Amino acid sequence: MTAALWALVGVPAVAGAALLLSGRRADAVAAPCAVGALALALAASAAAAVTRPGTAVPMLAGVPAGLAVDGLSAVAVLTVSAVALAVVLFATAEIGADQARGRFFGLMLLFTAAMLTAVTATNLFTLLAAWEVMGALSYALIGYWWKEAFRVRSATLAFVTTRAGDLGLYLAAGAALAGGAEGLRLSGLAALEGGWRDAAVAGVVLAALGKSAQLPFSFWLSRAMAGPSPVSALLHSATMVAAGAYLLLRSEPALAATGWAGPVLAWTGAATALALGAVALHQSRLKQLLAASTASHMGFVVLAAGAGGVGGGMLHFTAHAAAKSSLFLCAGAWLAALGTQELRDLRGAARRVPWTGAAFTVGALTVAGLPPLPLWTAKDETLAAAQQLGPALYATGLAASAVSAAYAARVLAVVWSPVRGEGARPGPGRPDAAEAVPLAALAAAAVGLGAMALPPVSRWWHVLLGAAEEPGPTAGGTALSGLLVASVAGVTAWAVVRERTAPLPGRRLLAGWLGLEAVARALVVRPVVVLARALAAFDDRVVAGGVRGGVRAAASLSGGLAVLDDRVLARGVRSCAGLVARAASLAGRRGEAGADGAVRSVVSGTRVLASWALRPQTGLLHQYYVQAVVALVVLAAVVVLLR
Amino acid sequence: MLSVVVFLPLLTGLALLALPRPRDTVVAWTWVGAAALDLVLVLGLWAAYPSAVRAPGVGGSGPAYEERLLWIPSVGASYHVGADGISLPLMAMTSVLFLACAVYSLHQRRRARAHAVLFLFLQTVSLGVFSALDLLLFFVFFDLSIVGMYFVIAGWGHGRPARSALQFFLYTFLGSLALLLGFIGLYAASDPRTFDMVELAEQTPLAGGGAAAGLVLLAVGTGLAVKTPTVPFHTWLPPAHTDAPAAGSAILAGVLLKMGTYGFVRIAMPVLPGAWREYAMVAVVVGVVSVLYGALVALAQTDFKRMVAYTSVNHMGYVLLGLGAAGLATRQQADAASLAVTGAVTQMVSHGLLTGALFLLAGVLRARGDSYDMGSYGGLAAGAPRFAALAAVAAFGSLGLPGLSGFIAEFQIFAGSLGAVPVPTALALLGVLVTAALLLRALQRLFLGGPGPLTPRVGDLSLRETAAIAPLLALSVLIGLTPRFLLDLIAPAADAVAALVSG
Repeated sequence: MTAALWALVGVPAVAGAALLLSGRRADAVAAPCAVGALALALAASAAAAVTRPGTAVPMLAGVPAGLAVDGLSAVAVLTVSAVALAVVLFATAEIGADQARGRFFGLMLLFTAAMLTAVTATNLFTLLAAWEVMGALSYALIGYWWKEAFRVRSATLAFVTTRAGDLGLYLAAGAALAGGAEGLRLSGLAALEGGWRDAAVAGVVLAALGKSAQLPFSFWLSRAMAGPSPVSALLHSATMVAAGAYLLLRSEPALAATGWAGPVLAWTGAATALALGAVALHQSRLKQLLAASTASHMGFVVLAAGAGGVGGGMLHFTAHAAAKSSLFLCAGAWLAALGTQELRDLRGAARRVPWTGAAFTVGALTVAGLPPLPLWTAKDETLAAAQQLGPALYATGLAASAVSAAYAARVLAVVWSPVRGEGARPGPGRPDAAEAVPLAALAAAAVGLGAMALPPVSRWWHVLLGAAEEPGPTAGGTALSGLLVASVAGVTAWAVVRERTAPLPGRRLLAGWLGLEAVARALVVRPVVVLARALAAFDDRVVAGGVRGGVRAAASLSGGLAVLDDRVLARGVRSCAGLVARAASLAGRRGEAGADGAVRSVVSGTRVLASWALRPQTGLLHQYYVQAVVALVVLAAVVVLLR
Repeated sequence: MLSVVVFLPLLTGLALLALPRPRDTVVAWTWVGAAALDLVLVLGLWAAYPSAVRAPGVGGSGPAYEERLLWIPSVGASYHVGADGISLPLMAMTSVLFLACAVYSLHQRRRARAHAVLFLFLQTVSLGVFSALDLLLFFVFFDLSIVGMYFVIAGWGHGRPARSALQFFLYTFLGSLALLLGFIGLYAASDPRTFDMVELAEQTPLAGGGAAAGLVLLAVGTGLAVKTPTVPFHTWLPPAHTDAPAAGSAILAGVLLKMGTYGFVRIAMPVLPGAWREYAMVAVVVGVVSVLYGALVALAQTDFKRMVAYTSVNHMGYVLLGLGAAGLATRQQADAASLAVTGAVTQMVSHGLLTGALFLLAGVLRARGDSYDMGSYGGLAAGAPRFAALAAVAAFGSLGLPGLSGFIAEFQIFAGSLGAVPVPTALALLGVLVTAALLLRALQRLFLGGPGPLTPRVGDLSLRETAAIAPLLALSVLIGLTPRFLLDLIAPAADAVAALVSG
């Protein structure tokens, strides 16, 4: 069934490329094309998830481009293609006919193909290729409304920041080759020799942290919100940011083999989950809140990978994808209908359109981690794994889940609050089917995944992922976290509704995403720009200046030589010719017809010779050089011959 | 057959000169026809290469299509040409780029005949460099390329063409004198005396090492480094490019720079393998410095064409890194060394296509707005979507996006070099990041955001311009997606070179 694998990646890729190449001509058919291609990709994903195909085509020497579907990637391809289909279906309503739809849907399809390649990649070459293409397409999607310069700047910042992490994969590929991983296979990383394994794992960790917007890279995700909402719904839920966390889950054996990578990742993930959760709590705009929440939840998955909890991490990946994409879609719908994403202006937004309100509620409750929704189970499994690395880590994770519950409850309380003042804004009415169906499907998926809490289903899930031996959560721990989450959510909602919220310390720092972007600008961007300017000035003045001085000197020297030529050599040749000419005219006056012809021919011959002799004396420096070289070659030949 | 390929453009040029007052369109289409025919012939050589290389008397990856005529028998110099897996891709890239320039110049009205003849001459000279198997022959072609490019810049340039052309000429010519000195050194060390590259590679003169080997490598390396160019010999490049006409810049960066890097693979490494091993770290350091310095200086440019020129310094730095790393690889790392050399050769081809496209696009910009200043434009994508799309593809290709040829080249260089020289390779990786930043910023300044003062003057690409530029990018995508057809040709020859210098 390699056909399914090829179709899975190929159909969206080819359809997307075709749409992009057609330009504005494809606008009319772009939306149905995209939906059709992704429906096919979803079908192919299902087929591939059942049949588990693998394939490889020769690329570089000893390094093929390999794709394969195993338990882990089966879950990933289904998640990615299902969410992509839902988001694109929703976007057919959101991205209007007046927009460049060919470009939008083409880019979305290509992006989906790249993500599907990344999750099925068997080696570092394929992974890196898909990984970087994803980054470039995210640039194009964030900067989709390119006429506004700030969106393009945000896109550039997001791309360059994630690419800084991507360098880790280049490093990992080099280390894997040096350490003897056959075909750069991901599964061979754990068995690399000596320090190469550490280098490779360090590269993978760097790449994953950058892509998943973990600390200290999180700021790019805030800027990425400059793109259209459906872009966020796809990129910042099931793909792109999720790719980093997924890569860590996939390379968990190599992480565990190093000894240091697990704790580093677990702590980075836990810190991100807590800090970015706090950031989310302090956002005043809905999309920024959701973005920070995404980074926070990816932190949980990273924590799971670091602690060795692949089952919980993968459940988190999937359930979060469904929930967060529907949240972003709702935010986009409200932005379009109400013209705002400021939380204070979104009061009562959920009451206007029941479909959207219901979907948003399911998404928010899932993100909050309320029992029996799936993130509750996922988080508890992760926390159970984290407990093995110490109580501090467990406590941090628990605190992070409480913060998740708090911001989710806050936003829910806001959007369900009754609107003050009658008829402040007219509601948009019922959404059309293109919006309702994907929201319903995503909500149903989020609820349905709650079944993972049931022991037999959970067992099946762990066997599917090859993680059967992982420790499960204890009943006490599950009850504790469920109770904690429920009470935090309840208290927060009550406080928001009653308007009993008090500003927390560090409010400004948290609202500004911890000032990470400013730090990156001060510590990295500005020094690099200053260095670049200084080097450019140095290049102009010193390096090139010396050469220019040399040129000037050479030019004046050649000018002098040319004058010398003109005055001395040329004059000599000319006077010689003139002498002959005079002799000829003298002879002509004598009238001796016989001699005349001879002399004339001598004169003309001399004239030709003189012009030939003058020809090299052009005063052009390069011609002197040619002559010099010819002379040098002849000289060298003579020297060699005479030895 | 190879000589026909090499001299067909020159003969066409001479025929054009012989025509009494030909019309400009006749000249232009004759040029396009000759360039296209030459490309077809090169592709024929490529297609027949596997069978030609297995012919009796030709070993494995050695040169095919050899032709040898006595030239200066007293010094053992002959007209000896041949093609192998390293030269054929470069010859093909050269033919493609010259054809693109011919198409781009279809509307050339300023001394159109002289322009066409000069480019045809340059094509013969360039193909000659890549097929020469004799040091003197190589040197003659190498130098004639400088002379030809001098006239292109001086005759059809803008700004201060005479001055830039003279600086270009003096600098690169001085470099070639160093090269000649090195060649004479090789000749003097050979026994029996010869300038023949194949014989020299078998003899490996100066294999005992010592000061002589180092000095000869220094002379050859300096000569080639000026042409490549690497830091600190690069300063002729920006002014030459700024003032050169678009087609001239495309050839200068796309083809002429490759003569330098090609010289390393063709001459320095096979003829002086011992010295290369000994001094490979110098190549690595020069390569990494070029990568970072070129990228950083490019980042500070406001002139689009100068910026592209500095990215060439950066891209050629990767080549040197790969070649140097191959010289430092141990016997266990032979596979990695092969990968690095293959990547370096791929980078030469890739850079030719991508930078050729970028310089032609810069020419379009100047033809419309009479300026390369990025701050004067903005939002060009609205009025010139095709221009913007091709520029975006070229820029992403140049920054090494997978799916285009640059990634195939750079990935192999990085992966192959890291084992032998981990720290320099890790530093060079930062160049990838800076290149991404600077090319995206250029895209942003020129094509996206709001309009600038010169934006209204820039219309979209004409059919002629599209036909010249789009195929270059299409080829880059082809190599990026299905590199096997190229790598199958390069790899055996690159393996042979890597085996000579590694371990």
